[in-house]
Amino acid sequence: MKADPKGILAGTYDLSGSEACVEGALAAGCRFFSGYPIQPAIEIMQRFLARAPQVDATFVQMEDEISSLAALLGAVWTGKKGVTATSGPGFSLMMEHIGLGVMHETPCVIIDVQRAGPSTGIPNRPGQGDMMQARWGSHGDYEIIALSPSSPQEMFDFTIKAFNFSERYRVPVVLMSDEYVAHLREKVIIPPASEIKIEPRRYYKGPKDKYLPFKRDKDLVPPMVDIGDGYKFHVTGLTHDDRGYPVMNEECQEFNVHPIVRKIRRSADKIVEVQEAETDDAEIVIVSYGVISRVALKTLEKARESGIKVGSLKLITVWPFAEKRVAELAKKVKAFVVPEMNYGQIVFEVERCSYGNANVVFIPYGEKEVDNTDDLLSVIKQAIKEKKVIKGITELHK
Amino acid sequence: MGPLKTIESKEVHPMDNLLRMDRIPHIWCPGCGIGLAVNAFATALEKAKIDLDNVCIVSGIGCTGRVAGYVKLDSFHTTHGRAIAFATGIKLGNPKLKVVVFSGDGDLISIGGNHFIHAARRNIDMLVICVNNFIYAMTGGQVAPTTPLTAYATTSPYGCVEPPFNIPYIADSSGAVYVARWTALHIRRLTNSITEALNKSGFSVVEVISPCAVYYSRINRLGDGLDMMKFYHDNSEIRHWEDTKNLDIGFQTKIIVGKFVDRQRPTYNESYNKWLSEIKGTKDEG
Repeated sequence: MKADPKGILAGTYDLSGSEACVEGALAAGCRFFSGYPIQPAIEIMQRFLARAPQVDATFVQMEDEISSLAALLGAVWTGKKGVTATSGPGFSLMMEHIGLGVMHETPCVIIDVQRAGPSTGIPNRPGQGDMMQARWGSHGDYEIIALSPSSPQEMFDFTIKAFNFSERYRVPVVLMSDEYVAHLREKVIIPPASEIKIEPRRYYKGPKDKYLPFKRDKDLVPPMVDIGDGYKFHVTGLTHDDRGYPVMNEECQEFNVHPIVRKIRRSADKIVEVQEAETDDAEIVIVSYGVISRVALKTLEKARESGIKVGSLKLITVWPFAEKRVAELAKKVKAFVVPEMNYGQIVFEVERCSYGNANVVFIPYGEKEVDNTDDLLSVIKQAIKEKKVIKGITELHK
Repeated sequence: MGPLKTIESKEVHPMDNLLRMDRIPHIWCPGCGIGLAVNAFATALEKAKIDLDNVCIVSGIGCTGRVAGYVKLDSFHTTHGRAIAFATGIKLGNPKLKVVVFSGDGDLISIGGNHFIHAARRNIDMLVICVNNFIYAMTGGQVAPTTPLTAYATTSPYGCVEPPFNIPYIADSSGAVYVARWTALHIRRLTNSITEALNKSGFSVVEVISPCAVYYSRINRLGDGLDMMKFYHDNSEIRHWEDTKNLDIGFQTKIIVGKFVDRQRPTYNESYNKWLSEIKGTKDEG
């Protein structure tokens, strides 16, 4: 489906990541925002409010992040597309309704502008410490989709992608941004509506009395209806059957929750996206995501200049994780170098998917400067000298 | 696995079109007052002559939290305490809908207390029916924010030491436009209040004092559901327009019921739309 031109300011602009993100949401057809002020995500809320009158969007500043996501889920069931934006402390409060969104199978988009944690941490220092929380933060079994942008342009593009995934799979999608990317101001190209592909909501089209809210299609995704369409349907956070009625037994747990996990896992090949650079002949591959992938690419250039065969694997979708590609590369390369703005999160996934075939070297935030190409290069030089395969993760220090 | 077996029933109940009969029997205990509140609500829906396609009901968690599952409307069973927040999104997402939140005192006033006062302050157009049974019943009878001082509960074996909340007072002082309280015995008056509140625009609260025959009554040796009804009969006093700060409920003291607040002020939707059109107006002129 083509995008609605009403929300799209086609052209080339200098935009911050936050502003580009809002433009992406509006381009995707998002007309609802509920949120709570927090740094460094506040600009997203402000931009949305500034644009709301031009696109007849609804905005509400809620009393906390718990209610922000709850309200968003409610609004989505009226047929709206909606978004909320927050940072670590607020993201923690949203875990409850990520679970509800997963269980109700409600499409929505959450922007997490990551800052340094835990707890209040440093509100304006960038971080990537919520990566595992996005995947595992709510209780019970589920799968989720998370994307990681590295520039204002990607904030625009990936926000649209996030909406498309959420509608396609009926799942909350998280955009794992960070303070750098949200505040970075760069050229952003907003294409005309005709060039933006939008995934429409999948509505139920059969006879009214035959509607079962959780009867799945062949992709395990049930079609939706809106409140007020006369279906008089029931939706619950309890384990439920295909009528949406609670059923408290093992059989129904399997019937209800297993497909919630499988609908994402089965389609992982269609969802997972990576960007590779010079991995064909690489001995060392830098695995990165978000803003750090910019440093990775610069380091790659420097390394190649000095004759070291370095490649880059940039994760666009962090969840589901690019398991297959990492496993394939592990057979060919000497080592993965994983710089993260945290003390080790995605590196565990890289290690898991290497199956002991390649060394995994982690560069934590602070020990070496993950945003410094010279530091990254010095680690690569150490990694390439290693002759034997080392079990587990190596952390390289100065 | 397909849908589980539907229970066939040949008898027709006058509320059949409003209740999900395929979900009966319900989970509520004998002597519970929630069913009476549901009955009053269903009757009120008919009396208020609202298009049922446009009514949406949202519940939280707990005994009363199960109401949404038994009423044949677009219905949502959400998370503990968050029904009002979820319902806020529904109302703002589609202002044409009549949104009803049906939940318990623990859900709405304890874990959801913040959402309650803020939705009242914003004047989100919704009706909140709060069934108050003085206790957390579904988890086995713990102290609630409404448990009267000195009353027993499983977490107050020597009598409750915390003063309870006065729900109409919180609603009133937070800005609700309609506030009423009845007991589960006052079915006709309760139905009238719900009907009136359904036709009201703004944040409306109807508190329903309800017996919990299994947890609250038993531990406090108050008899069964019928004894509680007898107690309501002998000890409730109708005082319309009573100042809400006088509505505290003590342990087995008089319960003041009636309609206390009925006023009008702009809803969030009205104020937001006014702002939206004003902004557009200035833009057009400029």
